[in-house]
Amino acid sequence: MYLIQFLILSSLLFCIGVYGVLARRNAVLVLMSIELILNAVNINLIAFGAFNGAAIPAEVFALFIIAVAAAEVGVGLALVLTIYRNSKNIDLDHVDLLKG
Amino acid sequence: MSTTYLAAEAGDLAVQASGFFLENVWIIPAIMASSFAIILGFGKRMPRGGSEIGIAAVGICFVLALMTAGQWIGQVNEAANCTPETCDYIQDDHSEDTDDRSEDADDHSDEGAFPVDIGVGSADGESASALTAFTEAKEGSTSAAAVAVLSERTWWSNGGIDFTIGTMVDGLTVTLLVVVTLVSMLVHIYSTDYVAGDRRFTHYFGFLSLFTAAMLFFVTSANVLQMIVGWELVGVCSFALIGHWWEEQPNSDAALKAFLTNRVGDIGLLIGMIILFFASNEKWGIIEINAGAIDGTTSHTLLLIASLCLLAAVMSKSGQFFLHTWLPDAMAGPTPVSALIHAATMVVAGVYLIARLYGVFFNGLSIGGSSINALAVIGAVTTLVGASLAFVQDDIKKVLAYSTISQLGYMTLALGVGAWTAAVFHLTTHALFKACLFLGAGSVSHAVHSFDMKKDMGGMRKFMPTTYKTFLIGSIALAGLPPLAGFWSKDEILAGTGGWGFFEGKSHANGAYTIMLVMGMITAAMTAAYMTRVMYLTFFGEFRGGHHDDSHATDDGHADALHDDPHESGPRILWPLRILAGLAVVAGLMNLPKGFLGLPSGWTLRFEHYVEPLAATGYFPKISHADPSWSLAIFSTLVVAGAVGVAYYYYFVRVNAQSPSATELVNGPTERSGLLKAGHTMLKNRYYLDHIYDGGEPVGAAGASAMGTIFGAAAGLTLGFSLDNGLNQDFWPSLVWGALLGLTIFTIVTAALRSGMGIATVVKRPMANAANWVHENIIDAAVDEVGKNSVKTADALYKYIDQGVIDGSVNAAGRGSQGAGGELRRWSTGKVQQYATVMFAGATLLAGLLIIVI
Repeated sequence: MYLIQFLILSSLLFCIGVYGVLARRNAVLVLMSIELILNAVNINLIAFGAFNGAAIPAEVFALFIIAVAAAEVGVGLALVLTIYRNSKNIDLDHVDLLKG
Repeated sequence: MSTTYLAAEAGDLAVQASGFFLENVWIIPAIMASSFAIILGFGKRMPRGGSEIGIAAVGICFVLALMTAGQWIGQVNEAANCTPETCDYIQDDHSEDTDDRSEDADDHSDEGAFPVDIGVGSADGESASALTAFTEAKEGSTSAAAVAVLSERTWWSNGGIDFTIGTMVDGLTVTLLVVVTLVSMLVHIYSTDYVAGDRRFTHYFGFLSLFTAAMLFFVTSANVLQMIVGWELVGVCSFALIGHWWEEQPNSDAALKAFLTNRVGDIGLLIGMIILFFASNEKWGIIEINAGAIDGTTSHTLLLIASLCLLAAVMSKSGQFFLHTWLPDAMAGPTPVSALIHAATMVVAGVYLIARLYGVFFNGLSIGGSSINALAVIGAVTTLVGASLAFVQDDIKKVLAYSTISQLGYMTLALGVGAWTAAVFHLTTHALFKACLFLGAGSVSHAVHSFDMKKDMGGMRKFMPTTYKTFLIGSIALAGLPPLAGFWSKDEILAGTGGWGFFEGKSHANGAYTIMLVMGMITAAMTAAYMTRVMYLTFFGEFRGGHHDDSHATDDGHADALHDDPHESGPRILWPLRILAGLAVVAGLMNLPKGFLGLPSGWTLRFEHYVEPLAATGYFPKISHADPSWSLAIFSTLVVAGAVGVAYYYYFVRVNAQSPSATELVNGPTERSGLLKAGHTMLKNRYYLDHIYDGGEPVGAAGASAMGTIFGAAAGLTLGFSLDNGLNQDFWPSLVWGALLGLTIFTIVTAALRSGMGIATVVKRPMANAANWVHENIIDAAVDEVGKNSVKTADALYKYIDQGVIDGSVNAAGRGSQGAGGELRRWSTGKVQQYATVMFAGATLLAGLLIIVI
């Protein structure tokens, strides 16, 4: 078992997440892609923690991130729901109220 | 030194005087100097053209001067009533003492005077015996001399020599302070009327202030360097005020002449002061120089040379023969200026210089033991020359000018024979009555618009009663009839010559000054006679003015207005006259002779008591005081009365009988006798001195040389006597050398004056043109150019800097943000994923950078 294997997995997950965030139009899928990114970070943290050792167990951060992610998803889904209610659509291309 | 002198009355004890006003006397000149600055700066914007500032300043100064004088009197009294228990005596060792004193001068309130070994609070045998001896010597009196208050600060130090600046106050200083501020104040008030409406009114008052400041600075000087500065400053003010109406050629000539003649003497001043500096061990302080001269540490030869050099300065500044010729010409200035500067204050600067450095003159010229010396001779000749020339003047101011020369000669004579107090006393009384006379003459001329007594005056008594009365009082005071001021001071000088003892058959202490007594007596008679003449020509007979109306057709309305009957002047002219006349009456009582009418000693000789420094101070020589003589007083009064009588008979009886409007007898003595006529012509030509100086007609070069030889030989004789007495050489060799030296000096002086005046005359017009050209083309042009260029620059600044740079940058900032906003708005599409793309790209970029850098 090498650290690099975990890092490769994590970076793959991260890239997939980034792709999802940038390319998907469905807001729910974007949220899910964000979850992927966060989990890639979690894997990284735990891998580094396991291999390098640390004063505080890396799981603490991972659990913390999971908790924050849960909250984030809650807020995000609520936003998506509100957008849907207003425009009957969750295509992010149509959500451009900030256009200058 | 001289054995002919009695011990000073108050013994050898001295105490340091002190007091607020005495230590801070610098305030007085400082007030006048700031008044000058304020008048120059703001005078023209004042409602009265700056005169109010000058009057206020000089008024304050007068009050301060009175307070200073009061404090000095208190200090002298305290010292006179001194007991060893109450006073700290200054040790009677002048050579050490003066050094100590100058070091401690700044805080002598702390240190006080110098504790001495004469039993102050100590009871050992030695000091007790010293005290006893001292008390016996003084017959129970324990009075001490008050030492001048010295406040000095170091100005700068160079080569181990401290150049100090400070004030020295003693009786002489406070006398001059009071006289200068009093006369100056009255002249200021008088001038507000006299020069009212003058185009340079503000300038005039500015210079009056500067002059007063300079004179006060001069008399409060603690060292000779400051004296030189003050001396030159009063000279400059005199120049500026003589040439006040410089648009007329004679006025600007007179100013130049005064300035140049004074420069000749100033060279003597500089050389003399420098000699004194080196002779007295590199000291500038007046007290140190005097002390060194008195205790014999200064070389006698150097003292003699220095005092002769200083005498040259005195001759030019105080109008002594043969450098007096500028003084009558100086009457070209406004009359109040003549009163203030050319009669009462500035011209006595020379007399003050001698009085201040009396130790130097006294020992340098051997006044104490000498039968004759340069100072006395110059003074005696000057009194005679001045008085004789005053006879033939038609201009009332010129009579007074020559009279001033004559009276200054009196003062110099008095100093030359050792009658110091008499000289200073005469200085004071003369300032009062001569200012009164000059201001009176100004008042008359203000009414008739002329100074010519023969053409435009006569009978003024009817038109100007107050001026007449005050002028009469001034004349009597000047003539020296008792009990007016002039009598007391003149008589004291005559007594001070000591010559009267010769006639009484006594072998008097310094009875050898008999010739001075004779010359002074002749002058007194002449003074009385010419003042009678002035009184007649001005105030009696018939009014001869207004003749222009008769000679010219009266179509000229202006002339009519001008030559109406003259009328009395306004109150601002009359009140100074009244005050001065009042003082001229009473001023003589300041110094009643000793034992006069059996008065107690607290009533007599007050002036001497408070003004004359005692020998115990260490900076003043031991001088003798002549005993007052009833016979002399009566004789001199008879002489004066006789002269008045003769002149009265000639003018009031003979001339008046001929015709009330006549001024001289038709077939008078000068026309009948060839000798008298020649004498009259010579007087009319002012002894040809001016002709010698400018080499002009009617003397010509040969005549000038001849007269020059006579004057040179006379000067040489004087010098010869001085050298004889000063250096104890044989008489005849020193006479020959002195004559040669005097001739050389006179030739140099004449050449200097002649070339100076010649150069000035030749150069003046081109200089004036050049100055005008410079003024028009450089100064004015520069100002114009500066103005034009300033406008241009300001335009450019507005155009390029303000509009271009500042406004431009503001606008550019606005436009820039607008443009940037226009560009940037295209970036904000509102598409979240686009933002995220940019963000990720940026994050990747930064991460890449991080990896590369690390």
